[in-house]
Amino acid sequence: MPLDQSFVGRTYPPTAPYQVGREKIREFATAIGAADLAYHDPEAARALGHPDVVAPPTFPIVLTMAASRQIIDDPAIGVDYSRVVHGDQRFAYTRPVVAGDELVCANTIEAISSRGGHDFLTTRTDVTTVAGEPVVAVWSKLVVRGEA
Amino acid sequence: MELPTKTFRVTRADLVQYAGASGDFNPIHWSDRFATGVGLPGVIAHGMFTMALVGRAVSEWAGAPDAVVDYGVRFTRPVVVPDDDDGTEVEVTAKVKDTTEEGLTRLDIIATCRGEKVLSQARAVIRTPR
Repeated sequence: MPLDQSFVGRTYPPTAPYQVGREKIREFATAIGAADLAYHDPEAARALGHPDVVAPPTFPIVLTMAASRQIIDDPAIGVDYSRVVHGDQRFAYTRPVVAGDELVCANTIEAISSRGGHDFLTTRTDVTTVAGEPVVAVWSKLVVRGEA
Repeated sequence: MELPTKTFRVTRADLVQYAGASGDFNPIHWSDRFATGVGLPGVIAHGMFTMALVGRAVSEWAGAPDAVVDYGVRFTRPVVVPDDDDGTEVEVTAKVKDTTEEGLTRLDIIATCRGEKVLSQARAVIRTPR
């Protein structure tokens, strides 16, 4: 059954704050082979004007993927996660994520469509500091494959 | 202007490490049994791992770790990673589309694996390198 388009515009309560740790940024940067010192060394990051190590551009997926469980697990929408594949991904930055940030994610369902037996669910996650300062807006399009 | 091609080797060990660092433990990224069971040719890289490697290329071209202002991709084809020492390779290149007066540069990116595009609509906006 196609996803119900009346859920477009649905918003979710902000997630619990995520404390961005210096070691988590280092671990992520190491896993993707990103060797720039500003990802690893607070002094190098400070030299660029940041308070602590900087996260690589796709780091926010660590938070937003966990936050998206709100939508995927929402029984009203009824996404079959075993049929989900990742379609599109986008990050639009106000400023880079840095160690020490305390971030919350606010999810919105931005679009739902169906084509060729597949459903397409576009979510926007506004990532802000606990004080409400915008950091990065993150869009994910999930494809829920139809039953063949 | 075309930017110099960057090549990234991807092995199973990289996928395991990325799974741990990102928290994405979907078994299609580490179990052949599971991957083939859902119709894939074998274990595939996390789309977000490919996106992260391309993000590295973009940051390196920009010459700054914090230069990316906007970055988006569509995942069109899986990066299949064989269970051997060589793994596979992802090649990344990009063209400068334009540079704005606000100091931003837009890039159109191409990422391929075994000669086939694995991303489409891959675009980044970076602070223009000085």
